[in-house]
Amino acid sequence: MYYTRRQFIKAGGASLAAALSAGARAQPVAPKLVVVGAGYGGATAAKYVRMWSAGKIDVVLVEREAEFVSCPVSNLVIGGSRSLADITVSYGGMDRWGLRRIRDDATAIDPVARTVRLASGATLPYDRLILSPGVDFMWEEIPSLNSAAAREKVLHAWKAGVQTLALRRQLEAMPDGGLFAIHVPKAPFRCPPAPYERACQASLYFSAHKKKSKVLVLDANEEVQSKKALFTAAWNGRYKGYVEYRPNSSLVDVDLATLTAKLDFEDVRADVLNVIPPQYAGAIARQLGMANANARFCQVDFLTYESTAQKNIHILGDAIQIAPLMPKSAHMANQQAKVCAAAVVALLMGGEVNPQPVFANACYSYISDKEAAHVTSVHAYDVEQKTMVTVPGSGGLSSTPTEQEGAYADAWARNIWADTLG
Amino acid sequence: MHLDTKALLRIDTLLVAAIAIAASETVLAAESNLGRDIAANCAACHGTAGRSRGGLPSLAGRDKATIVKQIQEFRDGTRPSTIMQQIAKGYTDAQLEAAAAYFAAQRPD
Repeated sequence: MYYTRRQFIKAGGASLAAALSAGARAQPVAPKLVVVGAGYGGATAAKYVRMWSAGKIDVVLVEREAEFVSCPVSNLVIGGSRSLADITVSYGGMDRWGLRRIRDDATAIDPVARTVRLASGATLPYDRLILSPGVDFMWEEIPSLNSAAAREKVLHAWKAGVQTLALRRQLEAMPDGGLFAIHVPKAPFRCPPAPYERACQASLYFSAHKKKSKVLVLDANEEVQSKKALFTAAWNGRYKGYVEYRPNSSLVDVDLATLTAKLDFEDVRADVLNVIPPQYAGAIARQLGMANANARFCQVDFLTYESTAQKNIHILGDAIQIAPLMPKSAHMANQQAKVCAAAVVALLMGGEVNPQPVFANACYSYISDKEAAHVTSVHAYDVEQKTMVTVPGSGGLSSTPTEQEGAYADAWARNIWADTLG
Repeated sequence: MHLDTKALLRIDTLLVAAIAIAASETVLAAESNLGRDIAANCAACHGTAGRSRGGLPSLAGRDKATIVKQIQEFRDGTRPSTIMQQIAKGYTDAQLEAAAAYFAAQRPD
């Protein structure tokens, strides 16, 4: 005996539908995800949750800025070979994923009601929340910089945008023979090689236009924090005479009137003073006990990126307490976001959380406007240690900066911008 | 329409089969996530789903065996590279095979 489709549906369709729906195939109400922060972590997570849930999870992405300005490559704006427009990407490319973008600031979370309050007064409900707020600066550590006016004079340029361009203008206005001092805070800080890349970019500008000028790197750490051999070789080679590196130079305060960096054991007067302040997790992630590593960064479960302090709240990127040898980098935030996105889809739609995530970091530094060098690492979850550890035998550094790697660095930027925001 | 016992039994069999297929799809989905998740690592440089925006090779729609062979050559050092030798050494054969299969199944564009 044969059945027509209609007979089959009449006889068993209802129970089949019930069976399938019990398997979480059909959800009457779409689960709600709110993502705070549309940088390399948050934007990637929002996009990948939409993609991997086939649009079945509602995603709201909250971001205070109008456009994305990349921190990676921003030192080239300071060096003069790129414009701010070159490193700016519209958020509009994300709209094809059907997520809702809100330009606002998330100010408070109610973890019981599962809502996020915005500066505008609106409240967003969530089933799960992803925070990717980046870092805030610990201005309380540098008393004289605890005002907006002071921070326009002594720039950080550690969040790409107006500050990046302003630092470029300061270097352009500096008379030849001037001293550009960069203060590097104690690790951990966002993007470990970037202060030293900045020293190279300023030297590139000076060597072409202000040959009597110098760069002084005042490092609170005891040594260069990333790509040490590569940067040291550049400072002793192509930029010989332009860069002086001083380790163990902790900043206590600055004298704004004279642009003097007051260090532990000496005072250094500069013509342009660039202070990269110490950092902690962005404010929204320091609430509710989530900054539970030294009251600065947020501990997470590396299988899901869920906060160890708050259920249903996941934290990504520079705000987290990193696993050993895991840098606070854009690439890392993008990779963490995908592990988190996969876990959030599994947790909201029914499925297994990947018990053994693995991912890679690739980080380029431009030594000049054309030549770059890299550091890579591969990180896999260690079940016993419950953290990400580097895979033995993997990863490494460039032996020397090359133009080929400069071209790859450029391609890396274009591709990761598209992967994150496109 | 009237369905006799025999017919209902047949329907039950069909139902069981349908549910079994649904279940096996779920298992397949879980297994295929390995390739999807590893490929997502590569996407940062090689483009979402392996569709590059230029400057680095696209992997979407490439032959699986070719991808696997090239990565193995990176791992054993016979294929020159800047970063790929260092990265390829961080993954297992199963992870690389799964990622290659995922890329091979993507439309190239």
